[in-house]
Amino acid sequence: MSHFHPEFRQRAEEIVALYPHPRSATLPLCHLAQEQDGYLCADAMVEVAELTQTTSAEVRGTASFYDLFHLEPVGTYVVGVCTNIACLLAGGLELLAHAEISLGVAVGGTTPENRFTLEECECLGDCDVAPCVQVNNRFVRTTTPEAFDELIGRLRTDDVVSDIPRHGLLSRVRRSVGLEVKPEVIAAERARVAAASSDQASG
Amino acid sequence: MAKLDAPQIVTSRVGLDGGHTLARYLETGGYEALKKALAMTPGAVAEEVDAASLLGRGGAGFPAGRKWSMLKKDPVTYLVVNGDESEPATFKDRLLMEKDPHQLVEGVVISAWALQVTTAFIFVRGEFALGLERVQTAVNDAYAHGALGRDIFGSGFSLDVVVHAGAGAYICGDETALLETLEGKRGFPRIKPPFYPAAIGLYGQPTVVNNVETLSNIPWIVLNGGRAFAALGKGRSTGTRLFALSGRVRRPGVYEIEMVHNTFRDLIYDPALGGGTTDDVAIKAVIPGGASSPWFGPELLDVALGQDEVAEHGSMLGSGSVVVIGANDCAVRAAWRLTKFFRHETCGQCTPCREGAGWLERILHRIETGGGRLEDIDLLLDVCDNIVPGLGWPPQQTTICPLGPSIPSSITSAISMCKDEFLAHIEHGGCTSG
Repeated sequence: MSHFHPEFRQRAEEIVALYPHPRSATLPLCHLAQEQDGYLCADAMVEVAELTQTTSAEVRGTASFYDLFHLEPVGTYVVGVCTNIACLLAGGLELLAHAEISLGVAVGGTTPENRFTLEECECLGDCDVAPCVQVNNRFVRTTTPEAFDELIGRLRTDDVVSDIPRHGLLSRVRRSVGLEVKPEVIAAERARVAAASSDQASG
Repeated sequence: MAKLDAPQIVTSRVGLDGGHTLARYLETGGYEALKKALAMTPGAVAEEVDAASLLGRGGAGFPAGRKWSMLKKDPVTYLVVNGDESEPATFKDRLLMEKDPHQLVEGVVISAWALQVTTAFIFVRGEFALGLERVQTAVNDAYAHGALGRDIFGSGFSLDVVVHAGAGAYICGDETALLETLEGKRGFPRIKPPFYPAAIGLYGQPTVVNNVETLSNIPWIVLNGGRAFAALGKGRSTGTRLFALSGRVRRPGVYEIEMVHNTFRDLIYDPALGGGTTDDVAIKAVIPGGASSPWFGPELLDVALGQDEVAEHGSMLGSGSVVVIGANDCAVRAAWRLTKFFRHETCGQCTPCREGAGWLERILHRIETGGGRLEDIDLLLDVCDNIVPGLGWPPQQTTICPLGPSIPSSITSAISMCKDEFLAHIEHGGCTSG
């Protein structure tokens, strides 16, 4: 039985078709599994392996390398505070310490109601609005403890915050078309053109 | 005096409302360069890029035209766009992907035509959710507009572009690690040789890997000619370049300015650029080109923003990020945090990098938090010397990729420029600067 729900299974197969080799779909399919489940569970990795013609051990080996894949459940909102150099100079460590107190969890922890997971991040590339905070990979631009608490308050009470989808949904924009011309078709077409022009040249 | 009269080559739409949409792109001359390029031969397009002397904007500064010319002829070849921008304090590619994604897509199609590749991949850093959405939207709209897919603008040239999201790993910015991750594996940089993906790249096929900013320059170069681009800047550093300015400045941000004709002082102090330091604080140090680059002291502020000019002074322009460290900022803490970054991001293949990064981070942490010993300074330098024998610049390569040899930069810079701070930390039981 498929772990992916029918709609997700169909999307998974469309993703695999975009790549010259199915294994290349490993990261996109792990993202897709997180979109469905909120994290990357063992059953999903078995199915990603089947779709990419690898083994679930290989999928786990790959997925565990990357920071964005959570192999254990996380909160609806994954809150990341950057403390790298530009944010460090702007008080990133202090904001992170505030976030720990405010959320009541240490870095890496998830709140009891599974709403928030707190992470310390490497540079997220928003260094002119430091210290940088992301929620589910969206820049929220809350650089002060007060603004941070205000945002957390909203996320605590609101069921839906339109500009921050729940954890796992990375891109709300999907590809609208499949491949129009496979690489091998292009290669064959060009070979034909080249052969025809060399025939012309020699004839 | 800053020289600010150069055209905005890649940031002309950044300030526009809806500059990321197809409608606004077409209104402002979008996809005209592609039409022009498709009427030229692929070789003629490549010659323009060669004439521009465009240096890669990712960090290594390899000439784009030369990279292109190295692409081995083969029926199946690939173009991969490196949008995995993760160098600390670098945020210019994200700006281009969010604010002008069609410019990137147009640059990709023109480059694919010049190189005659069969498929292109745009790799976008996973943490850039908005960038991903904007680039995917641009690709979708470009297909609908006939600028992608089969028979582009009736030229007979076909190209598919796949947007691929990363998943959080700095090392994937290394082009061979990027190819590994695109193949669905851990982001391990590949053992050299082969030295260049242009010979053996994605799935073993010849592949060109170019940075987002590099390719965003291509439409302008095609429209205005490579010579017009090369007329800007000086020496090997032609054109304009994006500089991401952060740290203790009044106006942090991304600025597109002409290469070489401006200095670090211009970038930091010009009212139209950085606008001076926060609270007019004195500058302790400037990180001139990302976490991997050795620091500049205030005496080097008049060095020109050019590749060779910065290299002559023992550092590198790298990714184009400039971080200003103020007189009251703790150098030990800065070096510790940068080293912690490398500790987190080392892929773990090579011993000097994997073990060295952790060891150095632990030593720096104990100095910062009050457990430092007098011999720790020599120990830091000794461990650094094991990663980069001789501690020279450019660093010796003891590892598969340049990440390992980048680790000592901040440590040796901090010790040579601010040794008294290290001694004070050790004497007074830790950091006293707050």
